[in-house]
Amino acid sequence: MPASVDSTGLQTTFDVARVRADFPALHQRIYDGRPLVYLDNAATTQKPQVVIDRIRDFYLRENANVHRGVHYLSQIASDAYDEARRLVAAFIGAPDPSQVIFTRGTTESINLVAATYGRRHVGEGDEIVLSAMEHHSNIVPWQLLCEEKGARLRVVPVDERGVLDLEALERALTERTRLVAIAHVSNALGTVNPVREIIRMAHARGIPVLVDGAQAIQHLEVNVAELDCDFYCFSGHKMYGPTGIGILYGKAELLEAMPPYQGGGDMIERVTFERTTYNRLPYKFEAGTPHIAGAIGLGAAVAYLNGLGRTAVAHYEDELLRYATERLQEVPGLRLIGTAPHKVSVLSFVIEGVHPYDAGTLLDQMGIAVRTGHHCTQPLMDRLGLPGTIRASLALYNTREEIDALVEALHRVVRMLR
Amino acid sequence: MAELHNDTIEARARQLVEEFALFDDWMEKYEYLIELGKSLPPLEPEYKTEAFRIHGCQSQVWIRPEFRDGRVYFKGDSDALITKGLVALLIRVLSGQPPEAILNARLDFLDEIGLKAHLSPTRKNGLAAMIEQMRRYAQAYLQASRN
Repeated sequence: MPASVDSTGLQTTFDVARVRADFPALHQRIYDGRPLVYLDNAATTQKPQVVIDRIRDFYLRENANVHRGVHYLSQIASDAYDEARRLVAAFIGAPDPSQVIFTRGTTESINLVAATYGRRHVGEGDEIVLSAMEHHSNIVPWQLLCEEKGARLRVVPVDERGVLDLEALERALTERTRLVAIAHVSNALGTVNPVREIIRMAHARGIPVLVDGAQAIQHLEVNVAELDCDFYCFSGHKMYGPTGIGILYGKAELLEAMPPYQGGGDMIERVTFERTTYNRLPYKFEAGTPHIAGAIGLGAAVAYLNGLGRTAVAHYEDELLRYATERLQEVPGLRLIGTAPHKVSVLSFVIEGVHPYDAGTLLDQMGIAVRTGHHCTQPLMDRLGLPGTIRASLALYNTREEIDALVEALHRVVRMLR
Repeated sequence: MAELHNDTIEARARQLVEEFALFDDWMEKYEYLIELGKSLPPLEPEYKTEAFRIHGCQSQVWIRPEFRDGRVYFKGDSDALITKGLVALLIRVLSGQPPEAILNARLDFLDEIGLKAHLSPTRKNGLAAMIEQMRRYAQAYLQASRN
């Protein structure tokens, strides 16, 4: 199917064969020559050639420390680093690039907010509201903060389908609530939470909202200004970029008022032994030499996604998810976990009489990469009464043929294990 | 006693390597491993407790030792069939052997079967945890029998 081009010059239809050609890791055979079917994209995505090349080029020709040197290479590296920040800012609709802070990933972004904003604003008896479907990364930093401050977590329940109880969320918001921390998309179930509505509800009571966008940014068009979220966190490696780099977006007035996270080089304005003043945003939160190559690689991933057209990607992924959801029902004894009406990417399931771990091992032997277990959401698994699930998670380069291969392999798994 | 002399860990391991060599395809080897797991004599439910649980596995595993006539006998179970197959392999090779033999066994057969290359990192950790626990039991019996 040839890709057509709309008036803005973006691809409007999606040619998956051409897209797959951009990802070298997808074209390998594993074990006894089986073609790799990579369906563990919620854990991490593969990288397109342009991202790999960009990182390689940086180290080949541009490597220098940023914001320090007086020399040629330092200028090149600093420009590339700043350009990556501008690309990310535009990608998420941030009003200004200085509101985009490079971190190691979603986990560090959340920890940063807990350690700065949280430490300053959360006190004894206060509450942080989160949902029952949060990833451990959006639970444990808040738990640590609560232990330190004598505060507590309020957990908003989810129903059997994996849909958040909005009325319960509304009831959980009180004068003691200091923050709502919520996943945009559940990594274990694929549920898309109505974050815009949640933010409106919280803001009506003057409560800020942090959105964990780790599983949303690669599937949905995210505009932080429209959402009006106070913080938005995501990782580079789940959106076709490198590992070890992530983003914290924050509202300027919040970031300005927050104390620094770590001390070191680049985050200071003036240091004396009596007193240190801090650099302006975003550098205040980027102590030490940053992951320059990672940031530049993430910039390349953003440019790549922009080139494909976000709407075209979302449309393709949605169709693929529908197809996969339908076809999986053919597997005897299979039960989908997470059947929210609004979902992306994730197919979590259990099969009667089959341990998820066994299924994952046998699928692997047939060349199919999935994840099994609790997916770093033990409270959610407890709520659903499951020790874990098998999770296939889709990315823009997956195909119907790969879904067919998964379904066929699952039939064999069932025959072998029952 | 004559047949017992041949019933060494090495001889049992060699036998297993030969059995697995009959299958070319790894899916068939896994099928055989699953069969071994299914035919493992069950561990009585009263022993599926925290005391006999092996930690470090994604599935639940229990191994219970018994010391009789200078030999260690193992029984085990798991809620996952492939894991149960791995338990069965270890039990077939190690159960009924003297503690010293269990402690000194090299267990190269797992490599020879090719299992290690085909096990995920989490399963490999689980397998290592099972072996370690079985050796710890052997060590404890050895010490007790010397006292």
